[in-house]
Amino acid sequence: MTRYLAGRLGYYAALLTAAVFLSYALTATALGPRAYFEAKQPRPSAAAVDRQLTALNLNDRTPVAERFGTWANGLLHADLGRTIHGTAVNEEFGRRIWVSLRLLLVGSLLGMLLGVAAGAWSAVRQYRLSDRLLTVLSFVLLSTPVFLLALLLKNGAIAAKDAAGHEVIPFTGYETPNLAGGVGTHLADWALHLLLPTLSLALGGLATYSRYQRATMLDVLGADYLRTAEAKGLTRGRALLKHGLRTAIIPMTTMFAYAFLGLFTGAAFTETIFGWHGMGEWFIQAVNEQDVNSVVAVNLFAAVVVLAAGFLADALHAALDPRVRTA
Amino acid sequence: MSAELVAVAQQSTGEPPAPRGRWRLVAARLAGSRGAVAGLAVLGLLFLLAFAGPYLTPWDYTAPDYANLRQPPSAAHWFGTNGLGQDVFAQTVRGLQKSLAIGLLVAVLSTGLASLVGACAGYFGGWTDRVLTFLVDLLLIFPAFLVLAVLSPRLRGSGWIAFVLLLAVFNWMITARVVRSMTRSLREREFVAAARYMGVGPFRIIWRHVLPNVSSFLIIDATVTVGGAVMSEAALSYFGFGVRPPDVSLGTLLAAGAGDAPVFPWLFYFAAGLLVLFVLAVNLVGDGLRDALDPTAAAGRRPRRTRPRRTRSTDTPSRRSTP
Repeated sequence: MTRYLAGRLGYYAALLTAAVFLSYALTATALGPRAYFEAKQPRPSAAAVDRQLTALNLNDRTPVAERFGTWANGLLHADLGRTIHGTAVNEEFGRRIWVSLRLLLVGSLLGMLLGVAAGAWSAVRQYRLSDRLLTVLSFVLLSTPVFLLALLLKNGAIAAKDAAGHEVIPFTGYETPNLAGGVGTHLADWALHLLLPTLSLALGGLATYSRYQRATMLDVLGADYLRTAEAKGLTRGRALLKHGLRTAIIPMTTMFAYAFLGLFTGAAFTETIFGWHGMGEWFIQAVNEQDVNSVVAVNLFAAVVVLAAGFLADALHAALDPRVRTA
Repeated sequence: MSAELVAVAQQSTGEPPAPRGRWRLVAARLAGSRGAVAGLAVLGLLFLLAFAGPYLTPWDYTAPDYANLRQPPSAAHWFGTNGLGQDVFAQTVRGLQKSLAIGLLVAVLSTGLASLVGACAGYFGGWTDRVLTFLVDLLLIFPAFLVLAVLSPRLRGSGWIAFVLLLAVFNWMITARVVRSMTRSLREREFVAAARYMGVGPFRIIWRHVLPNVSSFLIIDATVTVGGAVMSEAALSYFGFGVRPPDVSLGTLLAAGAGDAPVFPWLFYFAAGLLVLFVLAVNLVGDGLRDALDPTAAAGRRPRRTRPRRTRSTDTPSRRSTP
């Protein structure tokens, strides 16, 4: 198994290299930092624009390969370049990464666990009341885009604030500024601020996973080996858990890995809507400002997160399905 | 298992597998599912609203009515008016139209591509698999939203069809991966091996034996994709990266109305409600189809919908029945 996983790791390294180059080339050619500087008031001279662009390694008159070389050289020295405002990308990156990871980890784990449990439970109780209720709930959630869910939660919090006269559940930012009090107060404040953004991420995950898990579980329920397991004396519950769920979860491992993609996108929306200064908000801001280096930095972050999730899913897959280890 | 082998033998000797009977059965089962019927009805109504709606109101979706700015719903303006005095009903049906077209096109393109690439990678294995998987993984590393957002300045002026293509091109990979892993385990199954030893060509095996066995997944996925594409469109347009004014979609309407939602709810909740309603209806139909297409349904336990088992097994063509 170690050998299999080492192979996967090498593959991911190759993938990451190709992806980083493509991402840089795409961003550097699609965005127009020149237009950003030319639109400034008072309008700078062409030579001044050129000088600024070259200083930031953004000059579109330099070949993309050369710009990429400069950027990659910086990357090897752990330097992600400068933003379009001339500040260090590293600094911004270091500040925002923790904001995003907090949201992503809590949201994804919660959605995943609840989704698998709800889906498997739903399949076993197909067409009973609990299955129907869960189905209705997940259908409604599944039909609500993350940004809309976030907006609705936020509108709900605003309505609650208007009704109560003070803020019941916070809906902007990730902490109360200048909060006095001990560690406990701060943790509670964090958790409360995390509530709505996490909900808007986790609820979508719960709905998606439970639908897929219900489908794969139903496919397994009619299988011969489950009947065999019961025939040789296992209780229905044990047979379902050991032979049913284990098999039904295998196609899901692929979903887990790449659900991170959707989650990352969802986090971008959630961050923007709830005023979290995370990676997603930075990305949207950077695209609008033609800030190539910042966009590439977020892409890099997304790629690393997705590949890490992919690697974890591989490990899970190998642990669950012995055939994979020898393949 | 033996029934499957018999079925395969029947098929490869050229006996038609009675497809009409199967689809009639599927339609009958679909009609028996309340969710699917309700979903279909809602979809029908929404399509009617989207395409006949513009003829129901005298207002054009771009024409301003300066006498009525930000007015709540009334007899003259059914969904009220926005800050420019434009009729929200006319805008909403126009936006719905655009969103429906985008959703359906993206789903067809992306599921087709996904099943082709996924089944080929899984079935052929070896270098085909390696190359296709690398391509899929490479496209997957970037969240589609990031790529679409970065590319959006280039798309200015090239219309919404280009946007549809981009949405489809960055949407099929996850499905392809799942189809690939399902195909890989199907490839080892007896009926596929039997077909192979009988000299059936690879693409015929994929079409006849692999895809039908992943069809329940593909159908769920295609429906989720219709909904997902409509939602992606809305999300991208909400942030200004998708459909652009003067074109309207549900996403641009939500973007325009979101800030005012607490004070002027009609600017936001009509579009939001229709978006959720549409995706919900699509999902209900998909789920009904899943149950109707389920090859193990004859052996399944369904306490609520007890139909005499005899009718079902005579209706079911032999290759669909499980021993």
